[in-house]
Amino acid sequence: MNDRPGMTIIVKTIVRLSVSLILLYGVYIVAYGQLTPGGGFPGGVIIGGAFILLCLAFGKEQALKKMSISAASILDSTGALIFLTVALLGYTGGAFFFNFFVNKGIPFHLFTAGIIPLCNIGIGLKVGACLFGAFIALILFRVTAKKEE
Amino acid sequence: MLLIILLIFMIAGAIIALETKNLLSAVIAVGAVGAGVSICFLMLGAPDIAITQMAVETLSLVILIRATISRDLTHITAQREVGGLIAIGIFMAVFVVFASFALNEIPRFGEPLMRVSSHYVQNGLAQTGASNIVSAIILDYRGYDTLGEATILFVSVAGAIVLLRKKGRKKVGEKDE
Repeated sequence: MNDRPGMTIIVKTIVRLSVSLILLYGVYIVAYGQLTPGGGFPGGVIIGGAFILLCLAFGKEQALKKMSISAASILDSTGALIFLTVALLGYTGGAFFFNFFVNKGIPFHLFTAGIIPLCNIGIGLKVGACLFGAFIALILFRVTAKKEE
Repeated sequence: MLLIILLIFMIAGAIIALETKNLLSAVIAVGAVGAGVSICFLMLGAPDIAITQMAVETLSLVILIRATISRDLTHITAQREVGGLIAIGIFMAVFVVFASFALNEIPRFGEPLMRVSSHYVQNGLAQTGASNIVSAIILDYRGYDTLGEATILFVSVAGAIVLLRKKGRKKVGEKDE
């Protein structure tokens, strides 16, 4: 079992069962950020943590098959652009970050609060991809550089 | 009372993190301090910050242990200098004296001076429609700050990936052109 990448079979089984729940919890934190405590930043950190858990338990090939470095950087830039676009669209109402939805919806429902869920989704994408990219940059690049030497 | 016990626990953790010789123990002590900060935020009524602190603390602990500790030297052998300790003592004494003057002057906990914060609390739900007032402030009223934070995170991770990348890096024996 030691010749395969990653940790032992106990860790792999537990990670296989729990990683989807962790990912779902992160998505919940992001999506309900305007209603309950949480928001884009902690939800994004939890989403990034799920991928880091995959990378630790199954080795880097399996994790990079789920989310490659280019996909992480594309998601990172997409999140940043969503956030900036929402901010710039506020100029249709006259100001930067203007909440341009006229009908704010019923309070305490999921689709309320105008631009805030969109901003949360953008920040969540950005932070999750960012942290996974930083982890990959710190671990994987060094290992491959050492192997080539 | 529990808050004071937590604060003493966190100060003890910070001192252990400074004074221990093993780098792994120091990182774990820093993690304990972070968990204490998270519980403090939860007790002071800020669950948003508590969730963020807990998630970031756990993830940064994992990254520190996995990425740095397992590859570099893990024992500190150098001794602390006496002059540096004396200088730290003097500066900490000056800081404590002036901070005690300053902290007596700030308003008490939960009684803000500024009118803008009470405006946010009273009109936040009607103006933004978000029932989480923290979300309404950081993403609507104070959107500029959040944009700045996002920019900082983006630039730092882009810099890390550029500095640690594999392509375009010279080999050990390779000379400049």
